[in-house]
Amino acid sequence: MSDSATSDKLLDVKDLRIEATVYPPGETPKDIVIVHGVSFTLEKGKVLGLIGESGAGKSTIGLASMAYGRGGCRITGGTALFNGEDILAASKARVRDLRGSKICYVAQSAAAAFNPAHRLGDQIVEATVLHGVSSRAEAMERADHLFEILGLPNPKEFGQRYPHQVSGGQLQRAMTAMALCSQPDLIVFDEPTTALDVTTQIDVLAAIKHAIEETGTAALYITHDLAVVAQVSDDIMVLRHGKTVEYGPVAQIIETPQEDYTRELVSVRSNIKPEAEDQTKPLLTIENIDAAYGNSLQVLFDVSFHLPKGQTLAVVGESGSGKSTTARVITGLLPQRNGRVTFDGRDLAPKLADRPREDLRALQMIYQMADVAMNPRHTVRDIIGRPLSFYFGLRGREKEKRVIELLDQIEMGESFIDRYPAELSGGQKQRVCIARSLAADPKLIICDEPTSALDPLVAEDILKLLMNLQKETDVSYLFITHDIATVRAIADSIAVMYQGRLVRFGPKSQVLSPPFDDYTDLLLKSVPEMELGWLEKALVERKMEAAGN
Amino acid sequence: MSNANTSPPPGSGSAGGFFSSNPLLTLIFQRILLGFVLLFAISALLFVGIEILPGDFAQAYLGQSATPEAVANIRKELGLDAPLLQRYLGWLGGVLQGDFGTSWANKASVSEQIGKRLGNTLFLAFWAAIVSVPLAIGLGMIAVHYRNRFIDRLINIVSLAAISLPEFFTGYLLILFFAVNWGVAVFPATVFADMAFTDRLAAIVLPCATLVLVVLAHMMRMTRAAILNIMSSAYIETAELKGLDAFRIIAKHAAPNAIAPIINVVALNLAYLVVGVVVVEVIFVYPGMGQYLVDAVTIRDMPVVQACGLVFAAVYIILNMVADVLGILANPRLRHPK
Repeated sequence: MSDSATSDKLLDVKDLRIEATVYPPGETPKDIVIVHGVSFTLEKGKVLGLIGESGAGKSTIGLASMAYGRGGCRITGGTALFNGEDILAASKARVRDLRGSKICYVAQSAAAAFNPAHRLGDQIVEATVLHGVSSRAEAMERADHLFEILGLPNPKEFGQRYPHQVSGGQLQRAMTAMALCSQPDLIVFDEPTTALDVTTQIDVLAAIKHAIEETGTAALYITHDLAVVAQVSDDIMVLRHGKTVEYGPVAQIIETPQEDYTRELVSVRSNIKPEAEDQTKPLLTIENIDAAYGNSLQVLFDVSFHLPKGQTLAVVGESGSGKSTTARVITGLLPQRNGRVTFDGRDLAPKLADRPREDLRALQMIYQMADVAMNPRHTVRDIIGRPLSFYFGLRGREKEKRVIELLDQIEMGESFIDRYPAELSGGQKQRVCIARSLAADPKLIICDEPTSALDPLVAEDILKLLMNLQKETDVSYLFITHDIATVRAIADSIAVMYQGRLVRFGPKSQVLSPPFDDYTDLLLKSVPEMELGWLEKALVERKMEAAGN
Repeated sequence: MSNANTSPPPGSGSAGGFFSSNPLLTLIFQRILLGFVLLFAISALLFVGIEILPGDFAQAYLGQSATPEAVANIRKELGLDAPLLQRYLGWLGGVLQGDFGTSWANKASVSEQIGKRLGNTLFLAFWAAIVSVPLAIGLGMIAVHYRNRFIDRLINIVSLAAISLPEFFTGYLLILFFAVNWGVAVFPATVFADMAFTDRLAAIVLPCATLVLVVLAHMMRMTRAAILNIMSSAYIETAELKGLDAFRIIAKHAAPNAIAPIINVVALNLAYLVVGVVVVEVIFVYPGMGQYLVDAVTIRDMPVVQACGLVFAAVYIILNMVADVLGILANPRLRHPK
């Protein structure tokens, strides 16, 4: 960019303080501080990664650099100099002028962030035209050019599409095109790849990085995934509870972290559980399963695998691969068309309604969204106590005693017994869900992405808890996930699924070692590694393979 | 629904090759078919309903001189001695050809009368709609913009007050102030066939204002609720972060997504403008369908009552059908399939 400003500082944030009012149930509303005096500077054309777990204030800081407070957030202190002008003190009209022309935003879920009623092209050029940056025709031309840079299919026609007509990965790229269209000085990327499959993420990540380099814009890149941010950033700021933990060049943060918390983040998911040796005696076997929704939409094709007692089978695949549908067949929610499910030496009835209560008890589930899997009007006592009375007829003192035992087992303790789900943290909610499934004394627990909505460190604790419980109770897990790191950590055997078919199945050591089939290879190579320059290496490898084919 | 789907063979699921290729056409076709089935059912219900009502035209007509012979003569003359089904089919056959029969009271053609009366009612409803729909949607958007602030509360309270007062009260209030005290409006609102267009407009100002006040609140509140619901969406935040101004966000980004519920409530109120004007027409002595119906009911002139009932039902069904179709068309997922 041929900008001849005297200073290289594009954004200079000092002592940023953000507050919000919370309304705890049954108490008087109170103000809490979300961001405590955070400072950073961003030079022209550089990328600063903001990283931390949920509640760290990273998105809030990103939005504050657009002078925007989401929900009830109020910016109550500090300055944010953008090209030397304090945008926090600027008038509303001035802020509107800057947004969409000089500072742009890329949201986490592009699927929700695009207006379903308008064509993508119209939405992408809207701000550029409205702010008078360029004429509509010029903006359209630039959008087409951006579609090309971002590797979108049919760049000439892409703008004519409606949001529902393109895939999630394409929408995320379209969102980036929207942000780049007005040739802004700064883009705030708010977890732009978090909602994507790992195989899509790498493409979008590469496209974003390429576009940033090509256009010379600066960026704030917000994410909870250190491995991702290491690929695109020049500097990294680690945040926790609204405070800066560590702030420095990317190489320093990744290679020689100074703070314990950063070290924990860097080393997360390193515990590898040795796989069980004898995997021959199955507790659960599914053979040649075909399943379909309605009359026409077949989603599972000839899927077979088995899971031994006291072990963990990880079912891996991207969204739409049929992982969750397989779980629905096993639980009887979606009776299979063909094939059989054998459990504990007997055939399971395809339909849930035909299964005896004993089968229902022995097969429990844990879900991804713990907070919607619990009745918000029930206390922890009711939630964990329900299966105790339903399956075992426990009442009164006896039931209470067992609930407390279960709470101890999930390392929470008696003090939580009268809480409502809304009064628990994300990790605690998932623990209560685990206790509820344990209460039925099951032989198999189907875990449907139980940690993917949690922060890495919390997820780590949940995985440890699950592994401990397996040792204690000899329960088997069918663990559905899209996260290879989790799989490496906990699985005994792995089933890889792709487009409704099983592409690879066997003990972990076998599945994760070459020779690979094409899909497993792609999947493994797409997982970001905590290593500088990984993205470039992975892309080069891909290109070479494509050329070799 | 089940009535409408009797034509395709059972179990085939979709409506055939042509329609399965275009889900939008299928949906619209289904709605139209359903509308006809519904109208047909209503015609039967109307006929039977009127039949089982107490009271008899011949007796009401003859009054004191209702000897059994005279009553029987009139009944025979009107064809009332024929079996119910035969009379219904005869009437239905006429209706399908646009002939609603003749009035028992004055032997005039009902179709002809309805032609004139319906024209007058639609004229009044049209102008009431022209004023009230944009006003309601505009006020709804303003209320969203100033939500929970003074202007929003004011709009809410005033429109609620307007809907809470019955039409006859509002109507008389308007007459008292605008026609009697200040003399700026015309009363009664009677219109004639050879009246000039501007005179017609002047004549309907007061009934039109009464109707607007009655239907405004419902549409306004629905617009407000529907748009507010959308305002918490992620794409509204996107629009805000694109630096768009508040009214553009509401009008361009929120409203198009709130259109389906708004269209529905607008259709209901438009139907009310046609069907619910009975009281207003009587107050303002306006020669529309409502007055025609009220007159016919008092003298038990059944062909007229049936015809009015059927026309009202048709208006309701057509407007709701149009709302349904527009609601479907407003959904980009259906308009632009993958």
